Amino acid sequence: MAEQGTWTVKKGLAEMLKGGVIMDVTTPEQAKIAEEAGACAVMALERVPADIRAAGGVARMADPSVILRIMDAVTIPVMAKARIGHFVEAQILETLGVDYIDESEVLTPVDDEHHIDKHEFKVPFVCGCRNLGEALRRIGEGAAMIRTKGEPGTGNVVEAVRHMRKVMGEVRRLQNMPKEELMHAAKEMGAPYNLVLEVAKEGRLPVVNFAAGGIATPADGAMMMQLGCDGIFVGSGIFKSNNPSARAKAIVSATTHYNDPQVLAEISRDLGEAMPGIEISSIVPEQRMQDRGW
Amino acid sequence: MLVGVLALQGAFREHQKALKACGVNTVQVRKPEQLDELNALVIPGGESTTMGKLLLQFKLLDAIADLGRKGMPIFGTCAGLIMLAKDIIGSDQPRLGLMDIKVERNAFGRQVFSFESELDIPPLGAKPFQGIFIRAPYVVDVGPGVDIWAEYNSKIVCVKQDNLLAAAFHPELTEDIRLHRKFLEIVNIEPKCI
Repeated sequence: MAEQGTWTVKKGLAEMLKGGVIMDVTTPEQAKIAEEAGACAVMALERVPADIRAAGGVARMADPSVILRIMDAVTIPVMAKARIGHFVEAQILETLGVDYIDESEVLTPVDDEHHIDKHEFKVPFVCGCRNLGEALRRIGEGAAMIRTKGEPGTGNVVEAVRHMRKVMGEVRRLQNMPKEELMHAAKEMGAPYNLVLEVAKEGRLPVVNFAAGGIATPADGAMMMQLGCDGIFVGSGIFKSNNPSARAKAIVSATTHYNDPQVLAEISRDLGEAMPGIEISSIVPEQRMQDRGW
Repeated sequence: MLVGVLALQGAFREHQKALKACGVNTVQVRKPEQLDELNALVIPGGESTTMGKLLLQFKLLDAIADLGRKGMPIFGTCAGLIMLAKDIIGSDQPRLGLMDIKVERNAFGRQVFSFESELDIPPLGAKPFQGIFIRAPYVVDVGPGVDIWAEYNSKIVCVKQDNLLAAAFHPELTEDIRLHRKFLEIVNIEPKCI
Protein backbone atom coordinates (compact mmCIF):
# COMPACT_ATOMS: atom_id res chain seq x y z
CA MET A 1 0.00 0.00 0.00
CA ALA A 2 1.50 3.32 -1.07
CA GLU A 3 1.55 6.12 1.49
CA GLN A 4 2.04 9.77 0.57
CA GLY A 5 3.17 12.64 2.76
CA THR A 6 4.87 10.43 5.34
CA TRP A 7 7.53 11.85 7.67
CA THR A 8 10.12 9.81 5.73
CA VAL A 9 9.28 11.33 2.35
CA LYS A 10 8.96 14.85 3.81
CA LYS A 11 12.34 14.61 5.49
CA GLY A 12 13.69 12.66 2.53
CA LEU A 13 13.36 15.53 0.06
CA ALA A 14 15.48 17.70 2.36
CA GLU A 15 18.07 14.89 2.44
CA MET A 16 18.21 15.07 -1.36
CA LEU A 17 18.83 18.84 -1.29
CA LYS A 18 21.91 18.48 0.93
CA GLY A 19 25.18 19.88 -0.34
CA GLY A 20 23.17 22.12 -2.62
CA VAL A 21 22.10 25.74 -2.97
CA ILE A 22 18.49 26.93 -2.88
CA MET A 23 18.08 30.30 -4.57
CA ASP A 24 15.42 33.01 -4.23
CA VAL A 25 13.86 33.91 -7.59
CA THR A 26 11.06 36.28 -8.54
CA THR A 27 10.53 35.49 -12.25
CA PRO A 28 10.65 32.44 -14.56
CA GLU A 29 13.76 33.97 -16.19
CA GLN A 30 15.57 34.13 -12.84
CA ALA A 31 14.43 30.58 -12.06
CA LYS A 32 16.02 29.39 -15.31
CA ILE A 33 19.26 31.23 -14.51
CA ALA A 34 19.28 29.55 -11.09
CA GLU A 35 18.61 26.09 -12.55
CA GLU A 36 21.25 26.64 -15.23
CA ALA A 37 23.75 27.61 -12.52
CA GLY A 38 23.11 24.34 -10.68
CA ALA A 39 20.64 25.33 -7.94
CA CYS A 40 19.15 22.22 -6.28
CA ALA A 41 15.85 24.10 -5.75
CA VAL A 42 14.41 27.60 -6.03
CA MET A 43 12.30 29.70 -3.68
CA ALA A 44 9.54 31.47 -5.60
CA LEU A 45 8.92 34.99 -4.30
CA GLU A 46 7.39 38.26 -5.41
CA ARG A 47 10.35 40.22 -4.03
CA VAL A 48 13.72 39.16 -2.62
CA PRO A 49 14.27 39.92 1.10
CA ALA A 50 16.43 43.00 0.41
CA ASP A 51 13.51 44.54 -1.51
CA ILE A 52 10.99 43.47 1.13
CA ARG A 53 13.19 45.16 3.73
CA ALA A 54 13.43 48.32 1.59
CA ALA A 55 9.68 48.42 0.88
CA GLY A 56 8.59 47.99 4.50
CA GLY A 57 4.89 47.44 5.30
CA VAL A 58 3.28 43.99 5.43
CA ALA A 59 4.90 41.26 3.31
CA ARG A 60 2.62 38.35 2.31
CA MET A 61 2.63 35.09 0.36
CA ALA A 62 3.40 35.65 -3.35
CA ASP A 63 0.65 35.81 -5.97
CA PRO A 64 -0.08 32.19 -7.03
CA SER A 65 0.48 33.19 -10.69
CA VAL A 66 4.08 34.15 -9.89
CA ILE A 67 4.63 30.77 -8.20
CA LEU A 68 2.92 28.74 -10.95
CA ARG A 69 4.92 30.44 -13.69
CA ILE A 70 8.13 29.61 -11.86
CA MET A 71 6.97 25.99 -11.35
CA ASP A 72 6.39 25.76 -15.11
CA ALA A 73 9.80 27.20 -15.94
CA VAL A 74 12.04 24.67 -14.15
CA THR A 75 12.25 20.95 -13.38
CA ILE A 76 13.99 21.35 -9.99
CA PRO A 77 11.93 21.58 -6.78
CA VAL A 78 10.11 24.87 -6.14
CA MET A 79 9.60 26.21 -2.64
CA ALA A 80 7.42 29.15 -1.57
CA LYS A 81 6.97 31.18 1.59
CA ALA A 82 3.94 31.45 3.87
CA ARG A 83 3.67 33.93 6.74
CA ILE A 84 4.39 32.58 10.23
CA GLY A 85 1.12 31.13 11.55
CA HIS A 86 -0.80 31.62 8.30
CA PHE A 87 -2.11 28.12 7.78
CA VAL A 88 -4.42 29.20 4.96
CA GLU A 89 -1.54 30.57 2.90
CA ALA A 90 0.05 27.16 3.51
CA GLN A 91 -3.12 25.37 2.35
CA ILE A 92 -3.06 27.44 -0.84
CA LEU A 93 0.62 26.70 -1.46
CA GLU A 94 0.02 22.99 -0.93
CA THR A 95 -2.86 23.08 -3.41
CA LEU A 96 -0.65 24.83 -5.97
CA GLY A 97 1.71 21.87 -5.69
CA VAL A 98 4.85 23.59 -4.40
CA ASP A 99 7.44 21.08 -3.22
CA TYR A 100 8.32 22.73 0.11
CA ILE A 101 6.80 25.54 2.19
CA ASP A 102 9.02 27.96 4.07
CA GLU A 103 7.13 29.31 7.09
CA SER A 104 9.27 32.38 7.01
CA GLU A 105 10.19 35.37 9.13
CA VAL A 106 10.97 37.24 5.90
CA LEU A 107 7.21 37.75 5.60
CA THR A 108 5.16 39.55 8.25
CA PRO A 109 3.85 37.10 10.88
CA VAL A 110 0.05 36.83 11.27
CA ASP A 111 0.08 35.07 14.64
CA ASP A 112 2.25 36.36 17.46
CA GLU A 113 2.10 33.14 19.50
CA HIS A 114 1.58 30.16 17.23
CA HIS A 115 3.21 28.63 14.20
CA ILE A 116 1.43 26.43 11.65
CA ASP A 117 0.65 22.81 12.67
CA LYS A 118 2.84 21.38 9.96
CA HIS A 119 1.96 17.74 10.69
CA GLU A 120 -1.44 18.45 9.13
CA PHE A 121 0.05 18.87 5.66
CA LYS A 122 1.29 16.47 3.00
CA VAL A 123 3.76 19.05 1.73
CA PRO A 124 6.91 19.38 3.86
CA PHE A 125 7.94 22.60 5.67
CA VAL A 126 11.22 24.33 6.40
CA CYS A 127 11.46 26.84 9.28
CA GLY A 128 14.09 29.25 10.54
CA CYS A 129 15.81 29.16 13.92
CA ARG A 130 18.36 31.09 15.97
CA ASN A 131 19.06 28.38 18.52
CA LEU A 132 18.41 24.71 19.25
CA GLY A 133 15.27 25.29 21.34
CA GLU A 134 13.63 27.16 18.48
CA ALA A 135 14.71 24.47 15.99
CA LEU A 136 13.23 21.69 18.14
CA ARG A 137 9.96 23.57 18.68
CA ARG A 138 9.58 23.88 14.91
CA ILE A 139 10.44 20.19 14.40
CA GLY A 140 7.92 19.37 17.13
CA GLU A 141 5.29 21.24 15.09
CA GLY A 142 6.24 19.16 12.05
CA ALA A 143 9.02 21.03 10.22
CA ALA A 144 10.94 18.44 8.15
CA MET A 145 13.88 20.78 7.54
CA ILE A 146 15.51 23.60 9.52
CA ARG A 147 17.57 26.60 8.48
CA THR A 148 19.27 29.36 10.38
CA LYS A 149 17.47 32.68 10.24
CA GLY A 150 20.51 34.89 9.92
CA GLU A 151 19.38 38.40 9.08
CA PRO A 152 17.72 38.16 5.65
CA GLY A 153 18.30 40.71 2.90
CA THR A 154 21.42 42.21 4.46
CA GLY A 155 24.25 40.53 2.54
CA ASN A 156 25.87 40.27 5.97
CA VAL A 157 26.50 36.70 7.11
CA VAL A 158 27.35 37.49 10.74
CA GLU A 159 23.91 36.54 12.09
CA ALA A 160 23.81 33.23 10.19
CA VAL A 161 27.24 32.43 11.67
CA ARG A 162 25.98 33.30 15.14
CA HIS A 163 22.89 31.11 14.76
CA MET A 164 24.78 28.14 13.29
CA ARG A 165 27.41 28.26 16.04
CA LYS A 166 24.67 28.52 18.63
CA VAL A 167 22.73 25.50 17.32
CA MET A 168 25.87 23.37 16.89
CA GLY A 169 27.19 24.39 20.31
CA GLU A 170 23.93 23.47 22.00
CA VAL A 171 23.87 20.08 20.24
CA ARG A 172 27.39 19.39 21.57
CA ARG A 173 26.34 20.50 25.04
CA LEU A 174 23.35 18.11 25.11
CA GLN A 175 25.54 15.30 23.85
CA ASN A 176 27.83 15.63 26.86
CA MET A 177 25.09 16.01 29.44
CA PRO A 178 24.20 13.24 31.90
CA LYS A 179 20.68 12.00 31.23
CA GLU A 180 19.22 13.38 34.44
CA GLU A 181 20.06 16.93 33.32
CA LEU A 182 18.24 16.69 29.99
CA MET A 183 14.78 17.47 31.36
CA HIS A 184 16.09 20.70 32.84
CA ALA A 185 17.81 21.52 29.53
CA ALA A 186 14.52 20.90 27.69
CA LYS A 187 12.76 23.24 30.11
CA GLU A 188 15.40 25.95 29.74
CA MET A 189 15.39 25.73 25.94
CA GLY A 190 11.62 25.46 25.68
CA ALA A 191 12.09 22.35 23.58
CA PRO A 192 10.09 19.08 23.46
CA TYR A 193 11.76 16.57 25.81
CA ASN A 194 11.60 13.65 23.35
CA LEU A 195 13.50 15.68 20.76
CA VAL A 196 16.07 16.79 23.34
CA LEU A 197 16.65 13.11 24.15
CA GLU A 198 17.04 12.31 20.46
CA VAL A 199 19.56 15.11 19.88
CA ALA A 200 21.55 14.08 22.97
CA LYS A 201 21.69 10.48 21.73
CA GLU A 202 22.41 11.11 18.03
CA GLY A 203 24.58 14.21 18.43
CA ARG A 204 22.77 15.93 15.58
CA LEU A 205 19.48 17.57 14.68
CA PRO A 206 16.81 15.06 13.69
CA VAL A 207 16.32 16.83 10.32
CA VAL A 208 18.49 18.49 7.68
CA ASN A 209 19.84 21.91 8.68
CA PHE A 210 20.65 24.57 6.07
CA ALA A 211 22.23 28.00 6.49
CA ALA A 212 20.32 31.11 5.43
CA GLY A 213 20.28 34.84 5.91
CA GLY A 214 23.00 37.10 4.56
CA ILE A 215 25.06 34.72 2.41
CA ALA A 216 26.52 36.79 -0.45
CA THR A 217 29.77 35.15 -1.61
CA PRO A 218 31.15 31.65 -2.33
CA ALA A 219 33.35 32.04 0.75
CA ASP A 220 30.28 32.81 2.90
CA GLY A 221 28.63 29.62 1.67
CA ALA A 222 31.74 27.50 2.20
CA MET A 223 32.21 28.92 5.70
CA MET A 224 28.66 27.98 6.67
CA MET A 225 29.30 24.46 5.32
CA GLN A 226 32.51 24.21 7.35
CA LEU A 227 30.55 25.28 10.43
CA GLY A 228 28.47 22.15 9.91
CA CYS A 229 25.34 23.01 7.95
CA ASP A 230 23.98 20.66 5.27
CA GLY A 231 23.43 23.20 2.47
CA ILE A 232 22.78 26.83 1.65
CA PHE A 233 19.92 29.21 0.97
CA VAL A 234 20.86 32.34 -0.94
CA GLY A 235 18.18 34.99 -0.93
CA SER A 236 19.08 38.42 -2.20
CA GLY A 237 22.77 37.56 -2.63
CA ILE A 238 22.47 36.36 -6.22
CA PHE A 239 20.02 38.61 -8.02
CA LYS A 240 21.15 41.73 -6.14
CA SER A 241 24.74 41.20 -7.32
CA ASN A 242 25.91 42.54 -10.65
CA ASN A 243 26.57 39.15 -12.30
CA PRO A 244 23.90 36.78 -10.96
CA SER A 245 24.69 33.87 -13.26
CA ALA A 246 28.42 33.74 -12.48
CA ARG A 247 27.86 34.30 -8.77
CA ALA A 248 25.16 31.63 -8.57
CA LYS A 249 27.40 29.11 -10.29
CA ALA A 250 30.32 29.98 -8.01
CA ILE A 251 28.24 29.58 -4.84
CA VAL A 252 27.05 26.15 -6.08
CA SER A 253 30.65 25.03 -6.64
CA ALA A 254 31.72 26.48 -3.29
CA THR A 255 29.02 24.49 -1.49
CA THR A 256 30.36 21.26 -3.03
CA HIS A 257 34.07 22.05 -2.57
CA TYR A 258 33.64 23.88 0.75
CA ASN A 259 36.69 22.22 2.23
CA ASP A 260 39.07 22.92 -0.64
CA PRO A 261 40.61 26.43 -0.46
CA GLN A 262 42.33 25.95 -3.80
CA VAL A 263 39.04 25.37 -5.62
CA LEU A 264 37.43 28.17 -3.60
CA ALA A 265 40.16 30.60 -4.65
CA GLU A 266 39.64 29.69 -8.30
CA ILE A 267 35.85 29.99 -8.31
CA SER A 268 35.86 33.25 -6.31
CA ARG A 269 37.65 35.11 -9.11
CA ASP A 270 36.08 37.78 -11.33
CA LEU A 271 32.52 37.54 -10.05
CA GLY A 272 31.85 41.27 -10.21
CA GLU A 273 30.39 43.11 -7.29
CA ALA A 274 28.50 41.35 -4.50
CA MET A 275 25.22 42.82 -3.25
CA PRO A 276 25.62 45.93 -1.09
CA GLY A 277 25.69 44.88 2.58
CA ILE A 278 24.02 46.32 5.65
CA GLU A 279 25.71 46.59 9.05
CA ILE A 280 23.40 44.77 11.50
CA SER A 281 23.68 47.42 14.23
CA SER A 282 22.23 49.99 11.82
CA ILE A 283 18.92 48.07 11.62
CA VAL A 284 16.28 49.35 14.03
CA PRO A 285 14.90 46.57 16.29
CA GLU A 286 11.43 46.48 14.70
CA GLN A 287 13.00 45.80 11.31
CA ARG A 288 15.05 42.82 12.50
CA MET A 289 13.41 39.84 10.77
CA GLN A 290 15.18 37.22 12.92
CA ASP A 291 13.19 38.25 16.01
CA ARG A 292 9.97 37.07 14.34
CA GLY A 293 8.96 33.53 15.39
CA TRP A 294 8.20 32.13 18.81
CA MET B 1 38.05 -2.73 -1.11
CA LEU B 2 37.23 0.96 -1.47
CA VAL B 3 33.86 2.19 -2.68
CA GLY B 4 33.56 5.83 -3.74
CA VAL B 5 30.39 7.79 -3.17
CA LEU B 6 29.95 10.72 -5.52
CA ALA B 7 29.71 13.69 -3.15
CA LEU B 8 28.91 16.63 -5.41
CA GLN B 9 25.42 17.06 -3.98
CA GLY B 10 22.69 14.95 -2.39
CA ALA B 11 22.37 12.16 0.17
CA PHE B 12 25.92 10.82 -0.09
CA ARG B 13 26.47 10.36 3.66
CA GLU B 14 23.51 7.97 3.90
CA HIS B 15 25.09 5.75 1.25
CA GLN B 16 28.37 5.80 3.15
CA LYS B 17 26.49 4.71 6.25
CA ALA B 18 24.80 1.83 4.41
CA LEU B 19 28.10 0.72 2.85
CA LYS B 20 29.82 0.92 6.21
CA ALA B 21 27.10 -1.32 7.61
CA CYS B 22 28.08 -3.79 4.85
CA GLY B 23 31.65 -3.64 6.14
CA VAL B 24 33.38 -1.74 3.32
CA ASN B 25 35.50 1.40 3.32
CA THR B 26 34.12 4.43 1.54
CA VAL B 27 35.40 7.77 0.33
CA GLN B 28 33.58 10.93 -0.78
CA VAL B 29 34.48 11.63 -4.42
CA ARG B 30 34.63 15.21 -5.69
CA LYS B 31 37.65 15.17 -8.04
CA PRO B 32 38.75 12.99 -10.99
CA GLU B 33 42.11 12.08 -9.42
CA GLN B 34 40.23 10.21 -6.68
CA LEU B 35 38.70 7.75 -9.17
CA ASP B 36 41.81 5.63 -9.75
CA GLU B 37 41.80 4.04 -6.32
CA LEU B 38 38.16 2.97 -6.43
CA ASN B 39 36.77 -0.56 -6.79
CA ALA B 40 33.26 0.74 -7.31
CA LEU B 41 31.20 3.93 -7.26
CA VAL B 42 27.81 4.90 -5.86
CA ILE B 43 25.87 7.85 -7.28
CA PRO B 44 23.43 9.07 -4.65
CA GLY B 45 20.04 10.70 -4.81
CA GLY B 46 19.98 14.45 -5.13
CA GLU B 47 19.18 16.88 -7.91
CA SER B 48 20.27 15.33 -11.21
CA THR B 49 20.63 18.67 -13.07
CA THR B 50 22.90 20.02 -10.31
CA MET B 51 24.99 16.85 -10.30
CA GLY B 52 25.29 16.82 -14.08
CA LYS B 53 26.60 20.38 -14.18
CA LEU B 54 29.13 19.75 -11.42
CA LEU B 55 30.24 16.48 -13.07
CA LEU B 56 31.01 18.44 -16.22
CA GLN B 57 32.60 21.43 -14.49
CA PHE B 58 34.95 19.33 -12.36
CA LYS B 59 35.84 16.96 -15.24
CA LEU B 60 34.29 13.88 -13.70
CA LEU B 61 31.69 13.08 -16.34
CA ASP B 62 33.88 11.53 -19.04
CA ALA B 63 36.24 9.99 -16.50
CA ILE B 64 33.43 8.11 -14.73
CA ALA B 65 31.75 7.15 -18.00
CA ASP B 66 35.05 5.68 -19.18
CA LEU B 67 35.51 3.62 -16.03
CA GLY B 68 31.92 2.43 -16.25
CA ARG B 69 32.44 1.29 -19.84
CA LYS B 70 35.58 -0.58 -18.74
CA GLY B 71 33.54 -2.48 -16.18
CA MET B 72 33.74 -0.55 -12.91
CA PRO B 73 30.59 -1.38 -10.92
CA ILE B 74 28.34 1.66 -10.45
CA PHE B 75 25.18 1.83 -8.35
CA GLY B 76 22.86 4.82 -8.85
CA THR B 77 19.77 5.73 -6.84
CA CYS B 78 17.11 8.21 -8.01
CA ALA B 79 19.25 11.03 -9.47
CA GLY B 80 21.95 8.36 -9.83
CA LEU B 81 19.62 6.28 -12.01
CA ILE B 82 19.00 9.35 -14.18
CA MET B 83 22.75 9.98 -14.49
CA LEU B 84 23.28 6.37 -15.65
CA ALA B 85 20.54 6.46 -18.31
CA LYS B 86 21.27 6.80 -22.03
CA ASP B 87 17.90 8.44 -22.71
CA ILE B 88 16.22 11.05 -20.48
CA ILE B 89 12.82 12.06 -21.84
CA GLY B 90 12.63 15.75 -22.77
CA SER B 91 16.06 16.64 -21.42
CA ASP B 92 19.53 17.22 -22.82
CA GLN B 93 21.13 17.48 -19.36
CA PRO B 94 24.65 16.03 -18.94
CA ARG B 95 24.67 12.31 -18.08
CA LEU B 96 26.93 9.27 -18.01
CA GLY B 97 24.68 7.47 -20.49
CA LEU B 98 25.94 4.01 -19.58
CA MET B 99 22.71 2.05 -19.19
CA ASP B 100 20.48 1.12 -22.05
CA ILE B 101 17.37 2.58 -20.43
CA LYS B 102 14.96 5.41 -21.15
CA VAL B 103 13.86 7.31 -18.02
CA GLU B 104 11.32 9.95 -17.17
CA ARG B 105 12.23 12.45 -14.45
CA ASN B 106 9.76 13.38 -11.68
CA ALA B 107 7.60 10.70 -13.23
CA PHE B 108 5.30 10.19 -10.25
CA GLY B 109 4.69 13.96 -9.90
CA ARG B 110 5.78 16.70 -7.54
CA GLN B 111 6.66 16.31 -3.84
CA VAL B 112 3.06 15.98 -2.57
CA PHE B 113 2.90 12.76 -4.61
CA SER B 114 6.14 11.38 -3.18
CA PHE B 115 5.41 8.09 -1.43
CA GLU B 116 6.68 4.93 0.17
CA SER B 117 5.55 1.44 -0.67
CA GLU B 118 6.67 -2.13 -0.24
CA LEU B 119 8.42 -3.57 -3.29
CA ASP B 120 8.99 -7.07 -4.43
CA ILE B 121 12.65 -7.40 -5.53
CA PRO B 122 13.15 -11.13 -6.33
CA PRO B 123 17.00 -11.04 -6.38
CA LEU B 124 16.86 -9.87 -2.72
CA GLY B 125 14.66 -12.74 -1.61
CA ALA B 126 11.03 -12.98 -0.58
CA LYS B 127 11.00 -10.29 2.11
CA PRO B 128 9.55 -7.05 0.68
CA PHE B 129 11.80 -3.98 0.40
CA GLN B 130 10.55 -0.58 1.59
CA GLY B 131 10.78 1.70 -1.47
CA ILE B 132 11.00 5.41 -0.70
CA PHE B 133 10.15 7.43 -3.81
CA ILE B 134 10.91 11.17 -3.68
CA ARG B 135 10.02 13.13 -6.82
CA ALA B 136 11.21 9.89 -8.31
CA PRO B 137 11.92 8.90 -11.90
CA TYR B 138 10.96 5.59 -13.41
CA VAL B 139 12.26 3.59 -16.33
CA VAL B 140 10.00 3.78 -19.37
CA ASP B 141 11.88 1.36 -21.60
CA VAL B 142 14.86 -0.97 -21.41
CA GLY B 143 17.15 -2.37 -24.09
CA PRO B 144 18.14 -6.05 -24.42
CA GLY B 145 20.66 -6.96 -21.75
CA VAL B 146 18.93 -4.98 -19.04
CA ASP B 147 17.41 -7.06 -16.24
CA ILE B 148 14.30 -5.69 -14.57
CA TRP B 149 14.62 -6.25 -10.82
CA ALA B 150 11.53 -4.45 -9.55
CA GLU B 151 8.33 -2.77 -10.68
CA TYR B 152 5.83 -0.61 -8.88
CA ASN B 153 2.33 -0.45 -10.43
CA SER B 154 3.84 -1.83 -13.66
CA LYS B 155 6.49 0.94 -13.72
CA ILE B 156 10.09 -0.24 -13.82
CA VAL B 157 11.93 1.02 -10.72
CA CYS B 158 15.03 -1.16 -10.37
CA VAL B 159 17.30 -2.39 -13.16
CA LYS B 160 20.63 -4.16 -13.62
CA GLN B 161 22.85 -4.28 -16.68
CA ASP B 162 26.22 -6.06 -16.36
CA ASN B 163 28.27 -3.97 -13.89
CA LEU B 164 25.53 -1.36 -13.38
CA LEU B 165 22.70 -1.28 -10.88
CA ALA B 166 20.08 1.46 -10.58
CA ALA B 167 17.04 2.15 -8.42
CA ALA B 168 14.41 4.88 -8.71
CA PHE B 169 13.90 4.79 -4.94
CA HIS B 170 16.17 5.41 -1.93
CA PRO B 171 17.50 2.32 -0.15
CA GLU B 172 19.96 4.68 1.60
CA LEU B 173 17.07 6.24 3.53
CA THR B 174 16.14 2.89 5.08
CA GLU B 175 18.01 0.58 7.44
CA ASP B 176 17.68 -2.23 4.88
CA ILE B 177 21.10 -2.85 3.33
CA ARG B 178 20.19 -5.79 1.11
CA LEU B 179 20.42 -3.83 -2.14
CA HIS B 180 23.83 -2.41 -1.16
CA ARG B 181 24.98 -5.95 -0.31
CA LYS B 182 23.74 -7.19 -3.66
CA PHE B 183 25.72 -4.41 -5.35
CA LEU B 184 28.85 -5.44 -3.46
CA GLU B 185 28.39 -8.96 -4.81
CA ILE B 186 28.70 -7.47 -8.30
CA VAL B 187 31.87 -5.69 -7.17
CA ASN B 188 33.42 -8.98 -6.13
CA ILE B 189 32.53 -10.72 -9.38
CA GLU B 190 33.75 -8.03 -11.74
CA PRO B 191 37.51 -7.54 -11.94
CA LYS B 192 38.88 -4.23 -10.72
CA CYS B 193 39.45 -2.05 -13.76
CA ILE B 194 42.72 -0.23 -14.28
